[in-house]
Amino acid sequence: MSEGGCIERGRPGSCLITGARLLDPATGMDRVGELRVEKGRITGVGDFLAPPHGRYELIDARGLCLAPGLVDMRAQFGEPGFEHKERLESGVRAAAAGGVTSVALLPATDPPIDDPAVLEFIARRARILRSVKVYPYAALTRGLAGRQLAELGLMHRAGAVAFTDGNRAIADAQLMRRALAYATSFDGLIVQHPEEPSLADGGVMNHGTIAARLGLSGIPQCAEAMMVERDLHLVEMTGARYHVAHISTALAIDAVRRAKARGLRVTAEATPHHLALNELEVEGYRTYAKVSPPLRAEEDREAVVEGLVDGTIDVIASDHDPQDQDSKRLPFALAASGVVGVETMLAVSLRLVHEGRMTLLDLLRKMTVAPADLLGLEAGRLAVGAPADLILFDPDAPWKVSEAGLSSLAKNTAFEGRLVNGRVHRTMVDGRTVHEWSPPFSR
Amino acid sequence: MSGEYGLSFKRRHLLGIEGLQPFEIADLLDRADGYVEQSRRTDKKLSTLRGLTQVNLFFENSTRTRTSFELAGKRLGADVVNMSVQGSSIKKGETLIDTAMTLNAMHPDVLVVRHQDSGAVELLARHVRCAVINAGDGSHEHPTQALLDALTIRRRKGRIEGLTVAICGDVLHSRVARSNLHLLLTMGARVRLVGPPTLLPASMRAFGADLFFDMRKGLEGVDIVMMLRLQLERMQGSYVPSTREYFSLFGLTRDKLAHAKPDALIMHPGPMNRGVEIDGVVADDIDRSAILDQVEMGVAVRMACLDILTEPLREAA
Repeated sequence: MSEGGCIERGRPGSCLITGARLLDPATGMDRVGELRVEKGRITGVGDFLAPPHGRYELIDARGLCLAPGLVDMRAQFGEPGFEHKERLESGVRAAAAGGVTSVALLPATDPPIDDPAVLEFIARRARILRSVKVYPYAALTRGLAGRQLAELGLMHRAGAVAFTDGNRAIADAQLMRRALAYATSFDGLIVQHPEEPSLADGGVMNHGTIAARLGLSGIPQCAEAMMVERDLHLVEMTGARYHVAHISTALAIDAVRRAKARGLRVTAEATPHHLALNELEVEGYRTYAKVSPPLRAEEDREAVVEGLVDGTIDVIASDHDPQDQDSKRLPFALAASGVVGVETMLAVSLRLVHEGRMTLLDLLRKMTVAPADLLGLEAGRLAVGAPADLILFDPDAPWKVSEAGLSSLAKNTAFEGRLVNGRVHRTMVDGRTVHEWSPPFSR
Repeated sequence: MSGEYGLSFKRRHLLGIEGLQPFEIADLLDRADGYVEQSRRTDKKLSTLRGLTQVNLFFENSTRTRTSFELAGKRLGADVVNMSVQGSSIKKGETLIDTAMTLNAMHPDVLVVRHQDSGAVELLARHVRCAVINAGDGSHEHPTQALLDALTIRRRKGRIEGLTVAICGDVLHSRVARSNLHLLLTMGARVRLVGPPTLLPASMRAFGADLFFDMRKGLEGVDIVMMLRLQLERMQGSYVPSTREYFSLFGLTRDKLAHAKPDALIMHPGPMNRGVEIDGVVADDIDRSAILDQVEMGVAVRMACLDILTEPLREAA
């Protein structure tokens, strides 16, 4: 989808990065060295590399980590239909600021991405921006209505990276069975929003003591496990590739763990907010902590971390879901779900490294090569020949999340005012710098 | 004036019972006690709140609570305005916060707010400068109801501490149940929750209440039987199979009441569904039923709340 190259834009598509701690989760490399980029591709990784041919930028990256750019497999950028919440321009700017170089966008747009034309429209709009690479998902059902299959084959051919109805679960078991079976013909990936809709109906937060006290209706944890378990039976029957989006409960994580042990082609993803926050955030009817699936109990948050550590959960995705103020400044039950997250996903997730739960390489794997492989993208590696989608970051640098500091148009972060560690210094796509952080007062 | 703890209620709003200290509740109840006598006089009108504006902002239908607040305000000499917002501006797309800010610009001194969504009154309170009294928000809280229930109990039983209270019916959807649960536990009573499992969230145990799915067992030896109203639409197969079955299992009848203490008091926040959650004969038993006392105490409690919340304003003037 991306054409690479950037010379015509007058910026160097070639550079030599020296003195960086090179982190490549695909190979397990973690050492100080040099990396050479020529014409948007990596042409050398090692020591004492010859400089690139022609004009190039020399980047002294001592003290910083150099890793593949992040691959965020779940986000929404508002276009088309919700331009007042986010635009592709602001979305990719936010992604670049967060160190994301490839992003997969959900089809829950208006009109939805249930037609090859809409898919190509979005891909084209994103290409024009010449920034972060954008890969559209395609709807699994026509109009995201959950009744008839969308044109999966045609959209696959048009470049859809996977199929999903976004934040709507496929409720009909027969339809899900057929979707899974049909997708096997081109080995398509089916992504499910794990929630049994009738059990979750009317629910606005996690089921439990806090919901009971606040007088809000709860979504039971088992609503997630029931949907996952149902689907796993269908996956076993059809042999399809199945991915559980934003998993949030110990019960469902356990179901995935067992399915993996049985050899099913199942993967799962968690969000930074589900690994970092629990339902206590909702206290005081804080609508900025209203997400779908809801923030869960502390035991469930701990299970998400455990799932990431033991490999049951393969991917961390931002689930960036921009909402304007008017959609959030409402009574809790009426407020929209969703939080922005592309800009904070790395810093929030790094908490697992700082707490000693995971190594830096293991964490990065879940945000680079793992989602890239799932979606079939040529991304997420520091390999010679790979596109130079790179980030330079300081994993320890502290900063405070603030609405004003976010690049996204929507400001609905669940981390407002929190101190996090991990700052992206530079983001490169095909060797072009699309984001560079400069310390305050240094200009 | 201060309560038996020698401390007084000093909050800007009354949004809920949760988090109130025993002395704050006692202060409100002591003050309300005085207003009971005031309301029984022929000349009921005081000038305590003269010059102050009270707006009753009701997003949800209510006759009793609104009237009670209206009388309370008028008896204290405030100018009382009633606003019913169901449909009107909301249909025109005005949000809750718009309504709050519009009202705020008219400089009311007290806002009494009822809303169908949990947390809505708290949200509104953040956008106005005056004192806000929660007159019921969704399934969350209805603090003045719990206070009037407590006053009724205290006057009839002489105390709250040490009593055993059964709250029966649709606990899941009831703001009255939640406010009462917080108040009674804070004041040292024992609370039992009685109802069918579909209307009784098990998580309520965490607050320190005992749960009973059998009404006879739940009423065994209790001092107070507090009935809750059951919305009729919840009894047609969704939460409860039928009205008939509900009345048979959870309706308060003489027979079930016999399990409570002989002098147990019957309470109901009204309006009652006779023959659904309560037998008419029981409701009308003047020796046992405190239902009309509750209505009387309601005005006194609301006078006390209006008085206490506007005190800083009057002192500053």
